Amino acid sequence: MKVLVCISKTPDTTAKIAFTEGNTKFDENGVQWIINPYDEWYSLVRAIELKEKDANVIIHLVTVGAADAEPIIRKALALGGDEAIRVNNSSSDSMVVAQEIAAIAKEGAYDLILTGKETIDYNSASIGSMLCALLDQNYIAAATKLEIDGTKAIVTREIDGGEETAESNLPIIVSCQKGMAEQRIPNMRGIMAARTKPLKVVEASIQTATTSIQQFDLPAAKSGVKLIDPTQMDELVKLLKEEAKVI
Amino acid sequence: MVLIYIDQADQEVKKASLEAISYGAALAKQMGTNAEAIILGTVKEDLSQLGKYGVTKVHQVANDSLNHFDARVNATVTAEAVKLAGADVIVFAHNTNGKAIAPAVAVKLNAGIVTGASALPKTDNGFVVTKTVFSGKAFASIKIDTPIKVITINQNSFGTQSTEGTATLETLAVSVPTSSIKITSVNKVQGEIPLTEATLVVSGGRGLKGPENWGVLLDLAKALGASTACSRPVSDSDWRPHHEHVGQTGYQIAPNLYIAIGISGAIQHLAGVNRSKTIVVINKDPEAPFFKAADYGVVGDAFEVVPALTAAILKSKASA
Ligand SMILES: Cc1cc2nc3c(=O)[nH]c(=O)nc-3n(C[C@H](O)[C@H](O)[C@H](O)COP(=O)(O)OP(=O)(O)OC[C@H]3O[C@@H](n4cnc5c(N)ncnc54)[C@H](O)[C@@H]3O)c2cc1C
Ligand SMILES: Nc1ncnc2c1ncn2[C@@H]1O[C@H](COP(=O)(O)O)[C@@H](O)[C@H]1O
Repeated sequence: MKVLVCISKTPDTTAKIAFTEGNTKFDENGVQWIINPYDEWYSLVRAIELKEKDANVIIHLVTVGAADAEPIIRKALALGGDEAIRVNNSSSDSMVVAQEIAAIAKEGAYDLILTGKETIDYNSASIGSMLCALLDQNYIAAATKLEIDGTKAIVTREIDGGEETAESNLPIIVSCQKGMAEQRIPNMRGIMAARTKPLKVVEASIQTATTSIQQFDLPAAKSGVKLIDPTQMDELVKLLKEEAKVI
Repeated sequence: MVLIYIDQADQEVKKASLEAISYGAALAKQMGTNAEAIILGTVKEDLSQLGKYGVTKVHQVANDSLNHFDARVNATVTAEAVKLAGADVIVFAHNTNGKAIAPAVAVKLNAGIVTGASALPKTDNGFVVTKTVFSGKAFASIKIDTPIKVITINQNSFGTQSTEGTATLETLAVSVPTSSIKITSVNKVQGEIPLTEATLVVSGGRGLKGPENWGVLLDLAKALGASTACSRPVSDSDWRPHHEHVGQTGYQIAPNLYIAIGISGAIQHLAGVNRSKTIVVINKDPEAPFFKAADYGVVGDAFEVVPALTAAILKSKASA
């Protein structure tokens, strides 16, 4: 079975969010980059677990991004996976990214494609769904469990107010979230092995973006907390009713 | 025309779709056009009543097999139906199903898409949609450059407006591909409002010390009619179920009221709740970072403050 895991690079969860160039660009100054947590903790680790159960599983990683994404994809290789592909396209348009990944996916004829539920920077939650249309394959979004049984995938996904389990033949695209696997830390052996694993660079083939970012804004700062004495809960209820008007 | 996708589950219209209609109707008005809706499958409700939220027509692909959600089938049928109905903008709720199909529909219609919109687009000079990015820590204004546009709207960011009106019904003849996904089980949390739809949320953190202490929180939630949530370490330790975990790696919610009890307010937690309209923080440590993000704060021991708050709410309800 061939698995393709989509890996994206995001700012660390504690990174300071600031903008430059007249609020049109994310300020990368001093930002630490990480593997998008959904890609790392859930989809990649689940793929590795599948390979640990069945040595015939081959894992390829793909990232669409400039050369500065290489440390991230190397870190992903250190966790596991057989080889990586970087598509040299730094577009922030999901449609462009999805088309680049679709081209790689067609070439590699994967049985299973895993993405994260969303990236924690642009929060698009779009790539998996776009791949579903571009590849005309089954797609299950926001999955919390994934088992493979021969040529069948058994996937549990989140629905509003609960969970649903479904079966599908392979190939299938699954976007992964919490529940799928437990976070792992790369070990020395993995880090050493990653240095010699193949990392192929493919030139960009898609140029036409469908969207463009015009401007960023930070939310208006809270006017400051109003402290209420712990013995005055009637006062808090009154404020929630009459000032905030939320109850 | 602005076309709004109506999401259904168990043959009932999802609440998030009513907000999507209100948003789509307001957008149509702004653009000087009309708003219509599209629904896949069959529902128990009288669809003409959706007119109350501002649509003049409801297009229906009335095939029972569509009552089971399959992203691939659903996106294919939706795209075909949109081609028949004709639309300039298609609006989806940013809920589980909306997220699963809107981007696929956008691909099929060669449309640009913005997901997670938090306000009406600006349409005076191009088509610019504002969305939350960096998990609620910032906004981005994104221009869609294609003739057809797709938007998903963040839940609880626009509100639902209803007036008078009925919609006409039109059945669309679209061929429905056979689903190759077999649903084997559905597990719903009984009787609770899903967190993402809740307008009032009471949430607990490690400050409550253990699952056996959740009673005070549940009593408060019950008095308010609120849903319950928790921080990540709480669900990781199985004190509370995983579907209550909010934050960067859990649910991102935007209720009218979020009450945080014994939660420190780590940046990853705030990322899931900072879009809440009003935040109340109850914490015994006056230095807890959460107070900086709060509207109202109570510095005190949760085991004393929370029962007192519950009593005050019950008292206020009894006198109302
Ligand atoms: C990549 C990444 C992603 C993450 N994603 C999430 C996420 O999605 N959601 C999330 O919640 N966390 C997330 N975290 C974890 C986050 O960093 C914090 O560790 C976590 O939110 C802390 O949970 P807590 O506030 O319940 O516990 P603590 O930080 O231990 O805080 C407990 C609080 O309770 C107060 N307290 C103690 N006793 C009482 C009492 N008797 N009465 C009142 N108050 C009391 C204390 O003063 C303290 O402020 C993530 C971390 C990382 C690195
Ligand atoms: N540039 C990228 N390269 C590879 N995979 C990506 C990229 N951007 C997003 N993805 C994948 O798609 C998922 C959802 O991302 P998004 O739709 O951008 O929120 C991520 O969790 C990744 O698995």
